[in-house]
Amino acid sequence: MRANKTTSGKEPLTDTNLLLTITICIFFGMYILAMIVWGGGFLRPQQLFDIFNNNASLIIISCGLTIVMVAGGIDISVGGITALVAMSCVVHLDTQGGNVLTALILALGIGLAFGLVQGYLISYLEIQPFIITLAGMFFARGMTTIVSVEPRTAQHEGFLALKEARVEIPWLGYTAKSGGLIPARIEIGVIVALAVVAVVFIMLKWTRLGRNLYAVGGNRQSALMLGINVRRTRFYSYLICGLLSGIGGFVFLMHTGAGNATNAAGAEMNAIASSIIGGTLLTGGVGNAIGTLFGVLTLTTIKSIVIASGLREPWWQSITTGALLCFFILLQSVVLSNRGKGGLKQALTRWRRSS
Amino acid sequence: MSANLKKSSQLLIPLIALALLVVFNLIRDPGFFSVGLTANNDGNTVLAGNLISVLNGASELAILAMGMTLVTAAAGGQDISVGAAAAIAGSVFIKVLRAGGITPATVLLAFLACCVVAMLFGAFNGTLVAVFNIHPMIATLILYTAGRSIAYWINGGATPTVSSPLIKAIGGFIPGVPIPTPVFIVIICGIIFALLFKVTNLALYTQAVGINPQAARLNGIDTTKIKLLTFVILGLCVAVASCISVSRLGLINHETILIEIEMDAILAVAIGGNALSGGRFKMIGSVLGAYAIQTLTTTLYAMKVSSTAIKAYKAVVIILIVVIGSPVVKSAVGRLWSRLVKSNATAATGGN
Repeated sequence: MRANKTTSGKEPLTDTNLLLTITICIFFGMYILAMIVWGGGFLRPQQLFDIFNNNASLIIISCGLTIVMVAGGIDISVGGITALVAMSCVVHLDTQGGNVLTALILALGIGLAFGLVQGYLISYLEIQPFIITLAGMFFARGMTTIVSVEPRTAQHEGFLALKEARVEIPWLGYTAKSGGLIPARIEIGVIVALAVVAVVFIMLKWTRLGRNLYAVGGNRQSALMLGINVRRTRFYSYLICGLLSGIGGFVFLMHTGAGNATNAAGAEMNAIASSIIGGTLLTGGVGNAIGTLFGVLTLTTIKSIVIASGLREPWWQSITTGALLCFFILLQSVVLSNRGKGGLKQALTRWRRSS
Repeated sequence: MSANLKKSSQLLIPLIALALLVVFNLIRDPGFFSVGLTANNDGNTVLAGNLISVLNGASELAILAMGMTLVTAAAGGQDISVGAAAAIAGSVFIKVLRAGGITPATVLLAFLACCVVAMLFGAFNGTLVAVFNIHPMIATLILYTAGRSIAYWINGGATPTVSSPLIKAIGGFIPGVPIPTPVFIVIICGIIFALLFKVTNLALYTQAVGINPQAARLNGIDTTKIKLLTFVILGLCVAVASCISVSRLGLINHETILIEIEMDAILAVAIGGNALSGGRFKMIGSVLGAYAIQTLTTTLYAMKVSSTAIKAYKAVVIILIVVIGSPVVKSAVGRLWSRLVKSNATAATGGN
């Protein structure tokens, strides 16, 4: 852990790019392999778009988590906030006579409120982020059931119109068995997600706040000595993460159209896993949004591949996901220690000696 | 002065938390902690009451918190896979029991098999952390993701049950003894850890590794071995906790057994005043933290809070506790206190 910290402190950007390149290569390699071996659905562009459609909210909350992790923190309340926002918006739309705009404001408000409180407690009162965001998760999950215990499905017409809206691309479509052309469909949420990825990427790379986040995550002490307001920077990271969780919750609702207490269960761990696969280090200072996007894609493509390959028992998905995670985590560890300490051979002998 | 304050104040947070909960309950309902004798379904005369249910219900959590304290202290991170590992260990326990018929010998064999499996998974996590230098939360994320599915696979997609007086004696009451057996198991675990710290250098080495691994290594401590050892010990704790939980319920459901216990165990460590970034630790603090969490849960149930909404109230109390215990608030209170004492002293001398 400490070794990682020193190496990432030295050359944060090159490490990011290296891990990012590996992830992107593996994703494309995996997808092309799936196209060759199983063909069928994988040959249609719609398969790729479906991965985006199903995971738009995960992409958004993973971006938020990436920001927090780059700044050296952790936020495990994102899944809970997603569920709370989805449930609150459904109840607001259906029973309180709200419209889409007020629901959106509600979603952003809930996300911001969580980010504000958690950010303040963590950065200004110096409480461990894990505990605060764990409490945040408990609170959000508990509040979700207080808002409504039974699952609710959105009935609001304006919202349903938004939910059913699709961007259609005819030339990427395919011919159905009945003979008609089915155009490729993309949900509105995907466009939001891609916009979030672009904004977060630009924010991290070219704004002062973004550079400060890397500096604080890489080494808090030196960041302080450089005159960076460490507390405020960390505060902003949680604030942005909360806001993105709010957006993620709304996009989640736009995909499923229902509020349920078990919505987005385990989303926080999926988001953390995506960020890690995308090359973000939990120790801070390394990572970017494009990597996170590919992290989500890799994580979900492996699930599609498991289903396509005929391992239909329910346990295989999680087990292969775990194996994939194990592979990426070990890869990161080996790559980073390799860069820090010279050749791979040396790293291996060191590993052999220490074990 | 401040160092002294720090040392004594570590146990202050869990004690204050427990005391607040006890006082709150006594004000709300003076008979809350009354203990009575009742006859249970098996015809045993046993103790019953909220106090017993807190002591009994917190057993798994207390045992896991002990192991988690060691891992936290040595590795500076937490194991989030204990719930998933417990599901695997419990599945192994039940599989061996169902294969061999339930006699004292097979129960012992099943327990040993369960320990070996849990320690192997602990060693897997420990290897990732100690040898590959991966942050514990990331390393254990692997088992967290896959663990319950592995348990599902071991169970063959079912929820097998066991039923026998012997299993009931482990998870419930031994005939003739009015105190629940899990309480004794916690006490035995506590004694084993106390002896371990007394006889070996484990506690000292663990703290040394947690405070500064480089310095510990230069002083001749094998940091890799210590970190690995803490994870294996946690594996053992997981095995014991899963056996208690399985025996208590008489079945294993891979989805629900000890669900989210990792979060509660980490919380117990934090409420116990241990730094989650590693270093110094007090195991008794974590155990007190575990009982505080269980008291809170029991209190909320007694207040007729619905089981799904309980988390929200729990979160509020947790935030209150950690805000009171946070360094910034603590130093502000300390400054206020010393100013008060000083003004009192000057007033006293002025009066003389």
